[in-house]
Amino acid sequence: MNATGLTIAVPRGALMGGTLDLLDGLGVDTAEVRANDRKLLFEEAGIVTVRPSDVPTYVEHGAADIGVTGKDVLLESPEREVYELLDLGYGRCDMVVARRSGDDAIGESLRRLGRARIATKYTRIAAAHFAATGRQVELVAVKGAVELAPLTGMVDGIVDLTATGRTLAENGLEVVESIVTCTARLIANPVAHKLKAAEIDAVVARLREEAR
Amino acid sequence: MIHQIPAGTRDVLPDEMRELRAIEERLRSTFADAGYGEVWTPTVEYEQVLAAGGGEAGAAAFRMFDDQGKVLALRSDMTVPIARVAATRFAGADGPLRLCYSAHAHRVVGQRTGQQREFLQSGIELIGVPGTEGEAEVLGIAVDALAAAGLARHRVGVGDGGLYRRLLAALEVPAQRHRELLDCLTRRDLVALELAVDELGLAADARDLLVELPQRRGGPEVLDRGAGPAGEALDRLRDLYGDLERRGIAERVILDLGLVRDLGYYTGAVFELYDPAVGFALGGGGRYDELIGRFGAPRPACGIALDVQRVHIAQTAEEQQS
Repeated sequence: MNATGLTIAVPRGALMGGTLDLLDGLGVDTAEVRANDRKLLFEEAGIVTVRPSDVPTYVEHGAADIGVTGKDVLLESPEREVYELLDLGYGRCDMVVARRSGDDAIGESLRRLGRARIATKYTRIAAAHFAATGRQVELVAVKGAVELAPLTGMVDGIVDLTATGRTLAENGLEVVESIVTCTARLIANPVAHKLKAAEIDAVVARLREEAR
Repeated sequence: MIHQIPAGTRDVLPDEMRELRAIEERLRSTFADAGYGEVWTPTVEYEQVLAAGGGEAGAAAFRMFDDQGKVLALRSDMTVPIARVAATRFAGADGPLRLCYSAHAHRVVGQRTGQQREFLQSGIELIGVPGTEGEAEVLGIAVDALAAAGLARHRVGVGDGGLYRRLLAALEVPAQRHRELLDCLTRRDLVALELAVDELGLAADARDLLVELPQRRGGPEVLDRGAGPAGEALDRLRDLYGDLERRGIAERVILDLGLVRDLGYYTGAVFELYDPAVGFALGGGGRYDELIGRFGAPRPACGIALDVQRVHIAQTAEEQQS
C-alpha cells in the first residue's frame, strides 16, 4: 500500500500525466507506473490504471477507494454511485456543439426538417443539452473520430470534447455552442468515504492546499 | 430460442439458495430472539397506498391494473406496507409494536448498473418507541443480525436525514434553492454543492458550515465542532451515541453528518450498514415519525432493512479475505 493508505484508480490517456504528478505530491511512488506502460495493476503503489470512462465503475464497485476522471465521464454516467470530492483543475476541456464551417446545417435542418442529426460519443450530455434548449435532434452514436461525421454529410453537427479546438479547425469544423467546461475530478467510493474517512480527508486537504 | 428474464431480476439455483436461506434464517432468528414478530403483506398493493410513502418509496417500479381497473403496484420496500398494517390492524394498540419481515421488494434502478430491480429484504420495524431509545434498539439488533450472518467487521453509519434541510432554513437560504442544494448532496457531488453554496453569497461562517458540515464523519469528535443552528440535531445524535455506547456497539458507529437517504418518509435519524469487504451499503433505515399517521393515528417509529443478497456477497468476500 502507498503513503495515502488508499487504492487509487488512475486514468490512462490525457489525464494520466497530471494525475501521476498529483500522486507524487502526495508521496505515492509512481516510478513503476511511469516506467511500465503495459502493466495495469501496481499492488505495491496501490494503483490501478484504467480507461477514464472505467474509473467510476472501478470506484463504484470498491475495486479502488478513490480515482481521478474527467467531469465529462461523470456527466455521461450519472447512475454511478460515487462521491465527487474535488475539482482538480487540470485536463481542462470544453464540451461543444460544432458544425461544418461556412453553412448553418443544424439551423437549416431544424427549420425545414424539424430536427437536426448530431453525431457524438456523449449521447447523454448531448440529449440533455438539446432538450434543455428546446430543440429536437436525432443522436447518432459513434465511437471514434467524430469530426468525420459532418464532413460526409451523415449528420448536421457534432457534440464533442475539445481542448484547443485545433482538431476541429483542421477538419473544417467550427464551434457554435459551448455546453460545459470539464476538468479532472477526484471521486471516492461511498463506503470507503465512510470507512476510510481520515485517509480520504487527508488527501483532499493536501490537494486543496496545493491548489491554492 | 432463449427465454429471457427482465433486467435486474435473477433466478436463484440450489447452491446459492441454500446459502441465502441460511443467512435469512440467521437474520430472522436474531429478530425473533429480540421479540420481533414476523409479518407478511400482499405482494401487490393499491398504488395510492404506496404513494403515501413519498419520494423514491412512492415511485413504484412496476404497476398493473386489476380486473376493476384499479392501479396496483409492487412495493419498493416493506416499511410503507408495515406502516399501513400498524395503523389499521393494530389501531387500538398503544404499547410498543415489534414487527419483522423477510420479503421481496422492487425498485427502479438505472440501466447497466448491475443493481437488482427485485431484491430480498430482511428487516425490523419498531413502532411506538420514540427518540434515541428506539433507534439504539434497532441499530443494536442490526449489528447482532449481521454478526449472526457471519460478518465481523461491519459498521453502521448514523446521521440525521433532516439536518441539512433544517440548516438551510435556519441560515435563511431562499426556499427555491433548497432542492438544488439537497440534490447535490443526494448525488454525492460535493464539488457542485460547494459551487452552489458559493453562489448564495452568504457570510463566511454560514458558507463554511454549509460546505463543511456534510463532510464531517467519524467518531464522536465530529459532534464537538460548532454547528451553529444545527446544534440541536447534534445534541440528539450525541444522545443516540451515548445509548449505543451503553449497548457496547459504539466502536461500530460512524457518525455521518452528510448521510441522506433517498426515501421520502424519514424524519430524523438515518442509518446505513457497511462492510469493508464490499463497496456498497448492505442496508439502511431510519426514523419515520410521520408515515404511520398517513394511514391512521400517528405513532413514532423507526426501522432498518438488510439486503439479503448483498449480505451474502459481503459474507463470501469476508470468507475469502480471512
